[in-house]
Amino acid sequence: MSTFVSEFKTRATEKTGDVRLRQFIRTALRGYEVNRDNRKGAFQSWESARQAAAETKWEAINHLDTHLESLVAKLEARGTKVHWASNAAQAREIILKIVTDKKARSIIKSKAMTSEEIHLNHALEEKGFTVIESDLGEFIVQLRHEAPYHIVFPSMHLTRDEIRDLFQKEIGDVPSNSPEDLTMVARRVMRQKYIQADIGFTGGNFAIAETGMISITENEGNARLTAALPKTMITLMGIEKVLPRFSDLALFLPMLATAGAGQPMTCYNTMYSGPRQPGEADGPEEWHVVLLDNRRTELLADAEQRDSLSCIRCGACLNVCPIFRNVGGHTYGTTYSGPVGAVITPHLSGLQDWKHLSNASSLCGACTEACPVKIDLHHHLLQNRRNASASEPAFFEKLAYKIFGIVANEPAFWSLAKKIGWLTQPLQSLVKGTALDPAKAWTKTRDLAPVQKETFKDWWRNRK
Amino acid sequence: MSERENILGRIREALQTKAPLPGAHGEVAAHAPAEAPASHASEWLPSVGKTPEEQFELFAKNAADLKADFQLLASREELKAALVKISAAEKWSRIASHDGELSNCASKSLGLPVLLTDKGYDVNELEKCDASVTECDALVAQTGGVVVTSRSTGGRALTILPPHHVVVARREQLIADLPAAFALLQKKYAPDFPSMISFITGPSRTGDIERILVLGAHGPKKLTILVV
Repeated sequence: MSTFVSEFKTRATEKTGDVRLRQFIRTALRGYEVNRDNRKGAFQSWESARQAAAETKWEAINHLDTHLESLVAKLEARGTKVHWASNAAQAREIILKIVTDKKARSIIKSKAMTSEEIHLNHALEEKGFTVIESDLGEFIVQLRHEAPYHIVFPSMHLTRDEIRDLFQKEIGDVPSNSPEDLTMVARRVMRQKYIQADIGFTGGNFAIAETGMISITENEGNARLTAALPKTMITLMGIEKVLPRFSDLALFLPMLATAGAGQPMTCYNTMYSGPRQPGEADGPEEWHVVLLDNRRTELLADAEQRDSLSCIRCGACLNVCPIFRNVGGHTYGTTYSGPVGAVITPHLSGLQDWKHLSNASSLCGACTEACPVKIDLHHHLLQNRRNASASEPAFFEKLAYKIFGIVANEPAFWSLAKKIGWLTQPLQSLVKGTALDPAKAWTKTRDLAPVQKETFKDWWRNRK
Repeated sequence: MSERENILGRIREALQTKAPLPGAHGEVAAHAPAEAPASHASEWLPSVGKTPEEQFELFAKNAADLKADFQLLASREELKAALVKISAAEKWSRIASHDGELSNCASKSLGLPVLLTDKGYDVNELEKCDASVTECDALVAQTGGVVVTSRSTGGRALTILPPHHVVVARREQLIADLPAAFALLQKKYAPDFPSMISFITGPSRTGDIERILVLGAHGPKKLTILVV
């Protein structure tokens, strides 16, 4: 068993045993579901909007080369410097070179999952740069030296008391544990950081091929400040983020808000098309956009699962996933967790190391139903399972199914197997859940349905 | 070969294989994707009513849900009075604004020092301002929000740094929905867009602590929209 699987199992066992945390997460996500359903209900046709969003992203992804060329040409025409990175190491190198050339000391960041993907903070800190996460949830998990719990709600696993204790220890002067007071502590700390920072770093939610813009969605205003005050701005974005037209945002912005957070519209949706332009009052003198591949082109090459590049990272599939709700975000051990993480991580980081994520699923399809761009998520989980067993079949599993096939195909064997099962089950109950139990993996935490003495066939034969 | 060519090359190679159409579970969909599929968004997004009265009513309701303060006023005198009232209640001592017909009229009525950001400014001075008074490019009935840009409303920071953002707007700036807002921006600016266009929908907010709403996470704690 690979270390990734055993780590996953250990963490999953630990987290599913934490009833308080599970209850806490469930309450938070139930609130989300109510809001989201209300907002979806306000649409004249959520289903038509979904289909149009899916088709728009399909068009974008299936003509990715021409859209990227248009995007980049438009960005460069207005003085933006565009960089291309094939992998995480190249992206880190490009960003490190920019901050070194600028003789920067401190870097203020707004939320960007791509920066988690390339482990940027670690690389910057190692070289002596100060990195400040400005999004409140990201700031909290940064202080705790841990990864975001959820791609949209990074600190949703922490209670106000835990956050108060953390702030008291790291910042001091915390008046109470109320979310209001705690938010104001972060606001106060961050104000001067925006003004002092040499570099503002952001991610991107959408890139518009037609007009050469990058659109950033946020509620707090931290990305707005990050893109307004520092002299140099760096944006790191996956190549799959393109939308063909400016007007497509009219559909995608409210859909992202509704699917992601149950809001009608996120507080700030901001489109950037260049650094400070002549005649403008402020803004960065330089804007660097780093386009990241990092094996997205491998996912693109898999036509069957290509639609998973349509993902707008709203987190809706995480919120409704029974597995995510119970094992939690950190258990996955990946940048992108939940159903979409289970689908794309095997492509981005290796099928054999991450195939277990596709098995950690009930295939209930809630994710596919929740997805605003109609990614066929639960079928992709099945395809990952198929691909994994085709490329490296598990010997015992194959043998077991072979034997099962023989037994199930022969009525005499089948009948005999059932009789043996019925006769031996009192023995099994003696060793239930222990190392001697052949069904241990199941019976450790659950009951095995008892084998009945009278089979259906017996009953049918004996019926009056 | 540059990384650009490497990446574009990999993309072109990958796209040699055709992907199933969206929503088809790997089978052929009933129809090919429409040309510009999102262009009918107005028919699917939340409805907005037909008359300006209905749309102002919707704007007011949405703004209230967002905890923004919206006032529809009869005259410029009323607008000035409303602003003076807010200024007195919050004890403003200095404000920031930008050069504009309506914003000048509003900001001068207070008799306070006004920092104009249009031609560049000291960010520490802006940080000390109690409020910003700006115009906007549009009011969006569908969302209860406003549209600002780096060119029309005094730069990038003016509408985000001060703790209270007051938007002054004219009635005729109300537009129905988001598709209309994007059409308006395209008509007004394309191809020479301001370097920043921002849709502001309510005051800054966060729910990062126990999913409980707190206003004023990093941007303005208060958003006031005065329409004359």
